[in-house]
Amino acid sequence: MDRVSLVFVSHSADIVKGIKALLYEMQPEVNIAVAGGEEDGGIGTNAMDIQQAIDTVYTDKGTVILFDLGSALLNAELAIDMAGDERLVKIADAPILEGGYAAVVEAGFGSSVDKVVDAAEKARSMRKIPQD
Amino acid sequence: MTWTAEDIQHWLKQFADQIHEHKDELTDLDQKIGDGDHGINMARGVKEMNKLFDEKTFATPGELFKAVAMVYIGKIGGASGPLYGSAMMKMASSAGTQETLSDKELIDALKAGKTAIEQRGKASVGEKTMVDVWVPLLQKFDGSDVDWNAFSDEADELKAKTKEMHAKKGRAAYLGARSVGHIDPGSASSALFFQTLAATARERG
Ligand SMILES: Nc1ncnc2c1ncn2[C@@H]1O[C@H](COP(=O)(O)OP(=O)(O)O)[C@@H](O)[C@H]1O
Ligand SMILES: [Mg+2]
Repeated sequence: MDRVSLVFVSHSADIVKGIKALLYEMQPEVNIAVAGGEEDGGIGTNAMDIQQAIDTVYTDKGTVILFDLGSALLNAELAIDMAGDERLVKIADAPILEGGYAAVVEAGFGSSVDKVVDAAEKARSMRKIPQD
Repeated sequence: MTWTAEDIQHWLKQFADQIHEHKDELTDLDQKIGDGDHGINMARGVKEMNKLFDEKTFATPGELFKAVAMVYIGKIGGASGPLYGSAMMKMASSAGTQETLSDKELIDALKAGKTAIEQRGKASVGEKTMVDVWVPLLQKFDGSDVDWNAFSDEADELKAKTKEMHAKKGRAAYLGARSVGHIDPGSASSALFFQTLAATARERG
């Protein structure tokens, strides 16, 4: 089955490495690429790295990006603009870990990009401590 | 004046010198309301730009802006990398394949760059970002008969005005009202960008 792939963008290489490992346990069928940190090992995000990450997992089914903080969004949008083509790449407005978890589950079912984005964004309002 | 690619390169080398000279100051400003890397980010970008200038000569301002855009996007990092990089990219399209630019054409290119910063960062005037230098400055000087001394002074004043602003965009927004009382680092580097432009125009015009 062709599945939507995911790209995780964080200021820290360790954060996205950890997220990828965690989600792989959950759903190994979904392709995940990551872009995190500056090339010198520092903290930051970079549009070129994000573009490369998209390239490695992109399929016609599409790709969803999850990001951590402010400038990760600027760089993710720039990476999409730079590709300048008709590729189906969307950014989810969601917490990177909880949203990523929901996204990998949804993508695992073979859902569309929009459904995967939606699932990730729902994680924003999901309570973590059950209310009775 | 008539701006060749070499004149533009001269300007951007002055900009690089000023970034290196003010690196600690930019970083200190970012320490107060951000994560303390703006000087480091900008210095890394302009250092790579200087390397590019050593290796390559450019036939047109547009070609030069485009190559600099790629360096800024790849090397500056942070929020300022995609912002300065997007600005340079749009300046390249605006300059096109013309061999030289008039003052008016250069200012038009800068205006295209300003629009790119607004679109990329989605910040408006008054939110304590580099937009607070780029937008009002390029509104005031539309390109015909530029008084470069006034241009330079205005860039400095606009930078200083960000001190009293309450940050609504970027990392500083997390500080809320505590961001008041400090100059915005991206506005400080932008002032250097425009002041070195004015200095080059005075020196060569
Ligand atoms: N959304 C935005 N729109 C315009 N400028 C912004 C935005 N976010 C940040 N900036 C500018 O970027 C500067 C910070 O750059 P830098 O420290 O290099 O990146 P970061 O904030 O990611 O650490 C700020 O001082 C501000 O002028
Ligand atoms: Mg910073």
